[in-house]
Amino acid sequence: MAGLFKFFGGVHPPEHKAQSTRLPIARPSLPPRLFVPLHQHIGNHAKPAVRVDEVVLRGQMIGEAQGRISVAVHAPCSGTVRGIAPALVPHPSGLSDLCIEIEPDHRDAAIEARPLDWRGVPRATVFDHLRQMGVAGLGGAVFPTYAKLAGAPRVLDTLVINGAECEPFITCDDLLMRERAAEIIAGTLIMGELLPARRVVVGIEDNKPQALAAMDAAARQAGGAVVVVAVPTIYPGGGAKQLIRVLTGIEVPTGQRSTELGVQCFNVATASSVWRALVRGEALTHRIVTVTGNVREPRNYEAPLGTPIAHLLAQAGELPGTTGFIMGGPMMGFELPAAEVPVVKASNCVIAKSAALFPPPAPELPCIRCTRCVTACPAELTPHELYWFAKSRNFGKAQEYALFDCIECGACAYVCPSNIPLVSYFRFAKSEIWAREREKNAADDARERHEARAARLERDKQERAEKLAAKTAAAAPPPPSSPASSARDTALVRTLSAPAAPVTPTRSPDEGASRADELETDRARLRELAEQKHEHG
Amino acid sequence: MNITPHASPYLTDATPVPRIMGQVLLALVPAIVAQVYFFGWAIVSSLGVATLGALVAEALMLKFRRVPAAPFLADLSVVVTAWLIALSLPPTLPWWMNALGVGFAVVVGKHLYGGLGNNPFNPAMIAYAVLIIAFPAQMTRWPAPLALQSAPPGILEQLLLPFSGGLPDAMSMATPLDTLKTQLAMPRSVDAVRQAQPIFGQAGGRGGEWIALAYLVGGLFLLARRIITWRVPVSFLGALFGLAALLHFLAPTRHADGLFHLLAGASMVGAFFIATDPVSGPTTRRGQLLFGAGVGLLAYLIRAFGGYPDGVAFAVLLGNCCVPLIDMYTRPPSFGHKGERR
Amino acid sequence: MIAALLVMAAIAVILGAILGFAAVMFRVEENPLVEKIDAILPQTQCGQCGYPGCKPYATAIAAGEAEVNLCPPGGEEGVAKLSELLGVEPVALAVEPRPKAVAVIIEDQCIGCTLCIQACPVDAIIGATKQMHTVIAEQCTGCELCVPPCPVDCIDMVPIPETLRTWKWKPPQAPAPARPPMGKPSEIDA
Repeated sequence: MAGLFKFFGGVHPPEHKAQSTRLPIARPSLPPRLFVPLHQHIGNHAKPAVRVDEVVLRGQMIGEAQGRISVAVHAPCSGTVRGIAPALVPHPSGLSDLCIEIEPDHRDAAIEARPLDWRGVPRATVFDHLRQMGVAGLGGAVFPTYAKLAGAPRVLDTLVINGAECEPFITCDDLLMRERAAEIIAGTLIMGELLPARRVVVGIEDNKPQALAAMDAAARQAGGAVVVVAVPTIYPGGGAKQLIRVLTGIEVPTGQRSTELGVQCFNVATASSVWRALVRGEALTHRIVTVTGNVREPRNYEAPLGTPIAHLLAQAGELPGTTGFIMGGPMMGFELPAAEVPVVKASNCVIAKSAALFPPPAPELPCIRCTRCVTACPAELTPHELYWFAKSRNFGKAQEYALFDCIECGACAYVCPSNIPLVSYFRFAKSEIWAREREKNAADDARERHEARAARLERDKQERAEKLAAKTAAAAPPPPSSPASSARDTALVRTLSAPAAPVTPTRSPDEGASRADELETDRARLRELAEQKHEHG
Repeated sequence: MNITPHASPYLTDATPVPRIMGQVLLALVPAIVAQVYFFGWAIVSSLGVATLGALVAEALMLKFRRVPAAPFLADLSVVVTAWLIALSLPPTLPWWMNALGVGFAVVVGKHLYGGLGNNPFNPAMIAYAVLIIAFPAQMTRWPAPLALQSAPPGILEQLLLPFSGGLPDAMSMATPLDTLKTQLAMPRSVDAVRQAQPIFGQAGGRGGEWIALAYLVGGLFLLARRIITWRVPVSFLGALFGLAALLHFLAPTRHADGLFHLLAGASMVGAFFIATDPVSGPTTRRGQLLFGAGVGLLAYLIRAFGGYPDGVAFAVLLGNCCVPLIDMYTRPPSFGHKGERR
Repeated sequence: MIAALLVMAAIAVILGAILGFAAVMFRVEENPLVEKIDAILPQTQCGQCGYPGCKPYATAIAAGEAEVNLCPPGGEEGVAKLSELLGVEPVALAVEPRPKAVAVIIEDQCIGCTLCIQACPVDAIIGATKQMHTVIAEQCTGCELCVPPCPVDCIDMVPIPETLRTWKWKPPQAPAPARPPMGKPSEIDA
């Protein structure tokens, strides 16, 4: 392996990792109810594939993948479906989403394993299997793994496996690497062969010596095709773009995916679930979650997806003085609306907050342009300027200053002497810009439709006028506007179908012509009446 | 006050603004001690007047702007402004001029622009500029070094000088830069002036050169604590030294050498404490180099060819004018934009 | 004295020539004002401004016949943008905007009269004579023009709920809320 590269910026927050690595990964007891969201991944919602009161087995598909980008969702335990309804999901908005509620029956009956002879079938079949097994990126982005693999060029230059785990408190990947290194390496080799990739590198931050040793040993045992590299510990060294930069020296240009440059990056847990899906034939129904912070026994749990985090916290022994719960790490995670939200594929860590661990933030002061944020920003942005633009809602300028290159790592806010919640400003600006984009598209669409309609109405009117003129020219006197005819008009108006297709009368110059013309005149008048009614009503 | 939302990051490792400002004040202490040692105790009164005036002006302005005063008074930024003003004025300047300058800096230079973080010009230099335009005579009347005074007064008397209505002639003396300017116009050669006049020291001004070194010590402290970066001071002093040395090489009788200019006047305090003000300075790395160099060159040009003996204040203010433009044109390409032409 | 005058005059002439040349050479073809105003308007075609659609209102503003604060769906922000474009002082909205909503036809009650279809300015209602009609929610601008013509009052305006897809981060520094928070025209769950 050639020398490592560096990325700009970064910070060194206190790690807080030791407390949750003392104990091995545990299997928690089953909660009384599980709430399995149908949208745990990027892409389309999964479609419910079970009915209420249906008995399900562990590994049974309960949500079917829909559309191009989507993965299936499976029952994490055997039991009975008790409901398919919106329930609170882990999201900063505190909104609800469709979940399948399962009451476990504690039989732990599983469906038959469905391993795949992945070497003996076409790539497309393997990808479809991964989609059916619900495999999505477990590093946090939960992008469907099959879609990422399928999007790779014919031969990939470097496959990067991300075991950096740079964020404080989180240790789920560390423990996974310590305890299941062989699984990860096996999954990595499968992906390396599927793609195929010329080079496979696992990047692990050097603050995890045990994981490094375990992974290195497993890699050697597997034949040495996988290179395990210790990367310097610096936050956010585990960001995909940052890790790719450190390992390969490639700086992924804005607007391009690393795939286009021959590099793909997957999380270690994703590699392990690929192995489980293909070799063991198990769907993604559990994930390792770090439960830490203000709890008696911080540790990692292999939790069934859908387990309410309150249940995990209870097992870890939540201590008094807990002021809230963070899902994810303290730098990029978000505060949960309630402890009832379930563990999902993206949940790597749950932190019980306390005033001692997370003192309430000091009041925000004005920016003094000290540029500590500039020095910390791994995306090499100018957060102090973006802050100014976001605050004054000058969104165009914010975009010009590359707002969308911000990875929301929080390094800027971490070092800000004025305690400005910079990332919150950037998130606000981003979602506002997206909303405006949607708004503008809707307005453009409406304008187009309105103009098309106006043009059509105009055309109809003109055709009518032409026909009237033609009729007048034929010296036929226009029908008198008698009370009788207007009554007939009113009757006809009721059954008038307005956006009628343009009428193309058969204008034959024979004796039928006058009859046709009469009919046409009637219809024209009716349309006129209808329009008057429309205008005045 | 703002409602801080519960959004990540939940950790912070910030050096709070008051601590940053406190360290700046600490870094000024060596220079104050040197000032007292060489020029007497008047500077202490002057600092007191400026501090008091600044706090009162700040509190009043915050009240007028309906902003809670406590966090802003406690952030010490206004004290830094006050000290820098006091240190750039003649210490024996009548107290009300001092207070007027400080008030102008705080009210017009800072709060009328929106308060902390929003002032485009360095408030301390605004005070200096206003005072030297309004009171040119008093502003160029500096006390002589104690060593050159035949009968230096006692400590109490020195402390009361700013309140006594004016510096007695026996105790005043033109600054080295002022002396040089007037004597060169006689015309005399640089060497002749420096040998004939007692105000000149080994390399700079008598006493003043040591104060400059004390500022250097404070500046190095700020550098070590990462309160400031090296770019502005180095480019400022480098440009000043370079231009002075070049002109000295070309016309040794008309221009003093580079070292003299580094140690004379407000060069050191300007380089480490004034031009490094983050609020009114540029924020990009290249921009800081450009800004420092520009201010250094301007300072020398004003000293050598302008109407005022020292040019640091005006050079900084002119530099401040260019900051938005400098920032705009020197913004570095961000991650993923390296290959693009800007 | 004469020399100075001549120099100044010469400079004026040269600069004037450069400016004139630049004006001809680098002239930017600009959108007509009406188009620019129309681009800011939300295209609900609702007629709440008193003009029969966004374009007519834009034309009226451009002609100086209408104020910029007559468009409730555009909100305060629309007024601010129009004021900026036209260089006038921003004024408060003339009418309080309502939360963004879509029309929903109660299908059991629809008699298939097509009157709403004729009323819809953006052709967002489909159906045929004596057939049940329905609103294409994504295309509906919430203009409410279909509500009055309905003879059986079977059209409801339903506020658009916030979903995970349309949810927005709030600004950290909550600006003094002048009025209750409301949805934006964009919040159609596309």
